[in-house]
Amino acid sequence: MKDFAALIEQLDSTTKTNQKVAALAAYFVEASDLDRLWTVAILSHRRPPRPVNTTLLRQYAAELAGIPLWLFEESYHIVGDLAEAIALIVPQDELLSKKQLWEILVELIDLKPKTEEEKKAYVQGIWMQLDYYSRYVFTKLLTGSFRIGISQKLMTKALSQVTQVPEDELAYRLMGHWSPDSITFDELVFGRNEQAYVSKPYPFYLAYALETDLEELGDVSEWCIEHKWDGIRGQVIHRRGELFIWTRGEELVTDRYPEIASLGTALPGGTVIDGEIMAFVGGQIGLFNELQTRIGRKTVSGNILKTVPVIFKAYDLLEHSGKDLRGEDYLTRRALLEDLVKSLRHPSLQLSERVEPASWDEVRAERDLAREKRSEGLMLKRKSATYKVGRKKGDWWKWKTSPLTIDAVLTYAMRGHGRRTNLFTDYTFALWQENELGDRELVTFAKAYSGLTDREFAQVDAIIKRTTLERFGPVRSVEPTLVFELAFEGVAFSKRHKSGVAVRFPRILRWRQDKTISEANTLEDLKALIPKGTGADEE
Amino acid sequence: MAQRDLLTFNSKGIYCPQAQVYLDPWKPVHRAIITHGHSDHARFGHRHYLTHHSNVPILRHRLGDIQVQGVAWGEVFRINGVNFSLHPAGHILGSSQVRVEYQGEVWVFTGDYKDEDDGVCTPYVPIRCHTMITECTFGIPAFKWKPQQQVFGEINSWWQQNQAEGKTSVLFGYTLGKAQRILRYLDPSIGRIYTHGAVENMTEVLRPQVKLPPTLMVTRETLTADIRGSMVVAPPSAHGSPWMRRFVPFETGTCSGWMAFRGARARRSTDRGYVLSDHCDWLGLLRSIRESGASRVICTHGYTDIFSKYLRELGYDASVENTDYEGEKEDLNSASAAEST
Repeated sequence: MKDFAALIEQLDSTTKTNQKVAALAAYFVEASDLDRLWTVAILSHRRPPRPVNTTLLRQYAAELAGIPLWLFEESYHIVGDLAEAIALIVPQDELLSKKQLWEILVELIDLKPKTEEEKKAYVQGIWMQLDYYSRYVFTKLLTGSFRIGISQKLMTKALSQVTQVPEDELAYRLMGHWSPDSITFDELVFGRNEQAYVSKPYPFYLAYALETDLEELGDVSEWCIEHKWDGIRGQVIHRRGELFIWTRGEELVTDRYPEIASLGTALPGGTVIDGEIMAFVGGQIGLFNELQTRIGRKTVSGNILKTVPVIFKAYDLLEHSGKDLRGEDYLTRRALLEDLVKSLRHPSLQLSERVEPASWDEVRAERDLAREKRSEGLMLKRKSATYKVGRKKGDWWKWKTSPLTIDAVLTYAMRGHGRRTNLFTDYTFALWQENELGDRELVTFAKAYSGLTDREFAQVDAIIKRTTLERFGPVRSVEPTLVFELAFEGVAFSKRHKSGVAVRFPRILRWRQDKTISEANTLEDLKALIPKGTGADEE
Repeated sequence: MAQRDLLTFNSKGIYCPQAQVYLDPWKPVHRAIITHGHSDHARFGHRHYLTHHSNVPILRHRLGDIQVQGVAWGEVFRINGVNFSLHPAGHILGSSQVRVEYQGEVWVFTGDYKDEDDGVCTPYVPIRCHTMITECTFGIPAFKWKPQQQVFGEINSWWQQNQAEGKTSVLFGYTLGKAQRILRYLDPSIGRIYTHGAVENMTEVLRPQVKLPPTLMVTRETLTADIRGSMVVAPPSAHGSPWMRRFVPFETGTCSGWMAFRGARARRSTDRGYVLSDHCDWLGLLRSIRESGASRVICTHGYTDIFSKYLRELGYDASVENTDYEGEKEDLNSASAAEST
């Protein structure tokens, strides 16, 4: 455990990619095969299921530290991260545990069915026997919220350095369905287990955002465009009579989208389609907001199938008649895909339309249609491009539409976390609305906590502290005086929000010191930005 | 309250009405008792300053030609029937607690303090009192300091490792206090120690009072090749400034209590965060309050709401007063504090 914790600490203490890869590679060289295997599992988001909920963890920690629960909670708010708060607050034994990472992970898996007393004894015992950083890492594993600054791509790179297996090959091997308790490190990295390959998706090819002028991409005749659909990226796989739907987050979601799964019998064997899972309501592309009602649902009722049906918007064909097509060029793959989709005529499988623009201006004009077509913008794909592994520059670019903006009034503020714990940096914003009496009042509609410079945060913080009306724990209501321009990616009607609308990815664009609160926008202004015909009548 | 409080809080500072004296006032006053030289406690514009002998050169360095009187630890001075005396606070060189006694009632204002003996300043001593006015910069149980010996061991081996890789080590700490504490424990056998001008100037002021290794100030004439592999001690504001360019390739480290937080380390984008503070940690605060024997506690700056609530649960008569003191600043880049020389 100590070695793994030391690795995480190293990864944590540098922002330089090369150093991270070097640290990881050095760890892979030293670690036992079992620790290597479990490390790959954790870094590719395969974690043991959470054996204890966080409410209990807080109680265990407060008890162990001999402090009241409220004090632990307050401290946790300030630290901002439960595992870190626990690591900082609970005491440590003289004698530390020498358990390896894999031993602890296996214990965590075994812990799940045990009684609460057994869980408490185990967790408190381990906490005391680990040093600060190991305790932090252990608790991260325990809460299942393990995010460290290393992507699967970097992990694959380090592993490739150590094993000499090419990166793209490794990326493929690490995809899909495998579990560290039923495979060895050698089998995973070097082995050829045909059975495991049946369900295995290909690594996704991802695009970077376009940062240059279109003209710098060269001759427009080398490019195709598609819309950038705002759903969940996925792969539909049909091999040996079985159908699998994978998301980009490597989650197997076949059962959640029966409309798409019904493709099974129709698709020829040895087919892998890359595309986007999207809501399709009333005969048109739905908003992400609508798709969200399907995402978390493991059992799908007939009712939800009727109100929010989904489709698979196909981008690309990665495997055809059992043959890996990724080495072919885009046009070749698309021709096969288009034939396939057209011949199937399946209601849940649609093509992502491909345009061969005649000029860059035509591309610009198409991007202007994005909101109307319910897309996030465009994808630019080079006709001669092979299908690559991971995020690569050069052949695919995403070119999103400019965000929507609105001027809103700050009404609530919350303390930030960590170093910013004494600064109010998380804000709630409101827009004007006319009430029954004809008076204007402010209605909250969004939260945002990024987009200001440190200096601006300090200034805004000072104003918040001066204009506080009420305190609710870490939250304060403030006298409305400040106006901010907020940017967001989309807006939709929502029953879950008091304002009746939900905005996507809101963030602060700038502080409008030139505006008074009466000049802020109204809720009606925001609603006017909602695409026509999307659940406006749901009230 | 029937009896008037011996020390009160007003818009200018902590005030003793009986003696008509202010403690660490933040607005100009006639007579000020100053606990230590940090700029949120020792401000411009007072008519008469009174402080510990050690602070006199620091105050003169920072505030120029002021009227300042130095006193010794424990030396009692009487103003209008009130007995005042200064006692070591262990925060930085010269930092003092102020003991105030009138008609048998004793109040202590801690200023900033730590209960760990850092070997640079006179160690903190608990002073018995009825009412204690305490800071609580790190007054939540998430803060527990490691012994400084361990931290400096880590710092010196970090320096050695950087040196072996042909890199310069740049360590950030407050100009007054932290910088000298760092200098005191750097191992000069590893290599040369350079300083930022602000650190060098302050260190010169303190050299007569503290044993410190020789330092070289980084100037325009300093050659990059000479610095390589050395240690550079600089104020936090130097981080990310063009001044740093001459040290490439370098690694950075920050010494602050806030470095206990992972988020603070990340946001500061420092390669290493060393948890080293001149304030009490959680247990240090509780221990100090207990040892003072005070039944009433007034919290001035830091996590005052949380800390005072916990003290009340422990049976203290604890409350909060707002002041302009900043403690160890979280935003190490923000202006003032240690940099004004």
